[in-house]
Amino acid sequence: MNRHLLNYLGWRLLQSLVVITIVVIGSFMLLHLVPGDMVDVLGGQRGDMDAELMATLRTRYGLDQPMLVQLFNYVTGVLQGDLGYSFRNSNTVLSLVLQRLPATILLVVCSVAVAVFIGTLAGVFAARHVHRPIDVIISMVVLVFYATPVFMTGLGLVIIFSVKLKLLPVGGLITPGVDMTTLQLVGDVAQHLILPVLSLSLFYIAIYARLARASMLQVLNQDYIRTAYAKGLGTSHVIIGHALRNALLPVVTMVGLQIAELFGGAVLTETIFSLPGVGRLAYDSVFERDYPLILGVLLVCSFVIILVNLIIDLIYTLLDPRVEVSR
Amino acid sequence: MTPSASAPKGALLDVEGLSILIKDKRGDVRAVDDVSFSVAAGETLAIVGESGAGKSLTALALMRLLPKTLGVEAKRITLAGQDLTSPSELDIRKVRGSVMAMIFQDPLSALNPVLTVERQLVEAIRLHETISRTDARARALELLDMVRIPAASARLGEYPHRLSGGMRQRVMIAMALAGRPKLILADEPTTALDVTISGQILDLLKELQRDLGLGMLFITHDLHVVRSVAHRVAVMYSGRVVESGSVADVFERPRHPYTEGLIQARPHGSFVTDGHRLREIAGTVPVPAARPPGCAFEPRCVRAEADCRQVVPPLVREAGTPRSLACFHPLQQEQYA
Amino acid sequence: MLRRVLLSPAGFVGLLLLLMIVGMALSAGYFFPKGPWALVARPYMWPGQRPGLLFGTDSLGRDILAAIFYGSRVSLIVGLVATVCALAVGITVGSIAGYFGRGVDAVLMRITDAFQTIPGFLFAIVLVSILSPSVTNIVIAIAVVSWPPVARLTRAEVLRVRETEYVQSCKIIGMSTPRIILTQVLPNSLSPVIVVAAVLVATAIITEAGLSFLGLGDPNVMSWGTLINVGRPSIRSTWFICVLPGLFVVMTVLALNLLGDAINDALNPHFRKR
Repeated sequence: MNRHLLNYLGWRLLQSLVVITIVVIGSFMLLHLVPGDMVDVLGGQRGDMDAELMATLRTRYGLDQPMLVQLFNYVTGVLQGDLGYSFRNSNTVLSLVLQRLPATILLVVCSVAVAVFIGTLAGVFAARHVHRPIDVIISMVVLVFYATPVFMTGLGLVIIFSVKLKLLPVGGLITPGVDMTTLQLVGDVAQHLILPVLSLSLFYIAIYARLARASMLQVLNQDYIRTAYAKGLGTSHVIIGHALRNALLPVVTMVGLQIAELFGGAVLTETIFSLPGVGRLAYDSVFERDYPLILGVLLVCSFVIILVNLIIDLIYTLLDPRVEVSR
Repeated sequence: MTPSASAPKGALLDVEGLSILIKDKRGDVRAVDDVSFSVAAGETLAIVGESGAGKSLTALALMRLLPKTLGVEAKRITLAGQDLTSPSELDIRKVRGSVMAMIFQDPLSALNPVLTVERQLVEAIRLHETISRTDARARALELLDMVRIPAASARLGEYPHRLSGGMRQRVMIAMALAGRPKLILADEPTTALDVTISGQILDLLKELQRDLGLGMLFITHDLHVVRSVAHRVAVMYSGRVVESGSVADVFERPRHPYTEGLIQARPHGSFVTDGHRLREIAGTVPVPAARPPGCAFEPRCVRAEADCRQVVPPLVREAGTPRSLACFHPLQQEQYA
Repeated sequence: MLRRVLLSPAGFVGLLLLLMIVGMALSAGYFFPKGPWALVARPYMWPGQRPGLLFGTDSLGRDILAAIFYGSRVSLIVGLVATVCALAVGITVGSIAGYFGRGVDAVLMRITDAFQTIPGFLFAIVLVSILSPSVTNIVIAIAVVSWPPVARLTRAEVLRVRETEYVQSCKIIGMSTPRIILTQVLPNSLSPVIVVAAVLVATAIITEAGLSFLGLGDPNVMSWGTLINVGRPSIRSTWFICVLPGLFVVMTVLALNLLGDAINDALNPHFRKR
């Protein structure tokens, strides 16, 4: 790793910190968009609080302070991991969200992996047979996937696989009340994940297939591909050793741009398949009007997304040594 | 058929009647039309002409690296005793890199941007020789030394974009030499480089060619380059060879009006690739589809007569000389002398 | 331009499908004067079970076909208005950032980054639940989450156009900055943005359907998502209540994508020769 690269990554890290700060401030502003404050919510819930108690509580939580002081308190709180308290769930927002985060990350990571793998494979295959019948068929299937919203795919899969065929579990992450060895547990979770992952990734399979096809076609026209053939390499070597890595670069960029969208899609997937993830948590807290919890989910997701984007940046610099000059 | 450009007995590369067809619904168009030439071991043949004359297509056709929309036809192509008139995919793969290797015009785009110099060199070496990774690395160093890259071991780990233009072209040359080829096809290898660097690369190519006894097919639009590297020259115009012979002979006494025009236009330096800038020859090179029925140069030729308009003049070997000419009304030697 | 779009098979099919949906939206009142909420028959009637109820009835005995006809109005209006809003915000932010560069650019782009970092759909849920679910608020929420890509694209195009000679000469002759942006820079940088607009409408329609599906739709308006939400509890038996409106969502989005592709090809003819 050289100096240019370190500079570049340092710059990206700095940018990310600025973005996080903006997100936190935005979240504070949203919280104040809500009619009534935390104490009103609490009062509404208990129903027996008098004005004096409410005033005391406001002083205790700093809600009588000027806006800027409240903002400062909020930001420093968030930086220390204090995302607020959920009175409905009698627990801190952070621990509620962290309990649910692993399921969502599992879902999103598996979906990205499936989407990139199948999408790239289909796109490269189509590019290799460009304008032949198989390319046209792939393009048409991709077009339909591309037009199908996540919740439709989810519902469709539920109807076909678990209601009609009764092959796979329709909900949850683990079969409840059964003692299992680690291996059995992994198998069980995998079975529960097949449908959610498929429904979340189908749309992205379509995107990556389109992208990989276009970028493969472009790469195959490059001079260095001709050089590789001129060396005496066979077609499969040229594709795998020389074209694929270059063709993957736009796909990697796209994954970074879409990771936030995937977390959004996870809300729908988790709701349909009753997975215990943060999306489901957000959905439930919307109907309970538990705003600190919803915003906590939003904040934690943003942190995770920023982190993932930094990792993707790192992967990109490993795949393409030219980033140091493009920066 | 008249064999062109003084083919020495047992030539390394012998090409006869090579045509390249642009497939089209309204009938195929010949981008290169019935071209013949040969290259002996240890000899450099330059193919010179303006852009669009079909020089690069000719080299790519030999390697079978043309896009699928272009068809190749030939009466006979032999390379080092092997028949390559219509080779199978496997045959041509075995030949590429090991019997004939190619150097391209722009080394930045011709090298894979995401792979290190070492990866690209070692790959070329191990494709044609069964040797271990360590031995291949040693051989890669040896090749980089051969093309005069200083601090070769430090360069192995570099990516192409970190090298200078001249350095990149040296790496390209090293890669071409990796499979120990007998023939090098150099397609305008110095066009993308600046003048001083291009001189160094030309010297390097000349030296390697002499030391290793390589045959070289050198494609260029630059007469100055032809003079400095080539033994023989074939002048192409609109997809056909119009004149060929030894460099000294052709440059001293050009007989085809087009060759003469070229030399007149830029007696010492290069001429720029497009025909408009050739002040001495009015008009432009016809595109293959709009070629006149007779001699392709006829519309621009001051010496043209009625017969030039009707029949394509064949390339004919001049009796007792190593020269060939495709012209009905050539310049007389005394006219130029 | 329009001819080229129509001549490509994708553009033709896309436009045809879209015209059909628009036709449905316009004729909903004529074919179903009782509106989408009227109880017309027994609940859970399968499509074709009774003549005149082509798509059957939902859990309350409402005509599904009528709901789909009226739903097309919601989808189209929300899609169009949200897109127009997103374009307005995105183009403004993008052109200001691109034209002025430096500090302005850095600030605006970090804000854009922040918006792109928050999961869009989750953000839309939060906004709608805070603002209360109504068509207007749904449009606002969708616009808020979908302007950042427009801003990025506009900025990139403006950066390119800004350096061209005609813009430089406008500066030299002393034209005012807003005038340069409005009369010179924007007209020359908007064609890629137009292509994105078709996709934005499609995404907005999907987002609206997704919100309604989660029960966050406007309770006074019948949309495709509402119907899908109504059908969800009984998906094991009467799955058609979900699937039929879903197919219309897919069809509309497909039509818009096809049209977007065709417009893209018509604007960049050199890409078609591949």
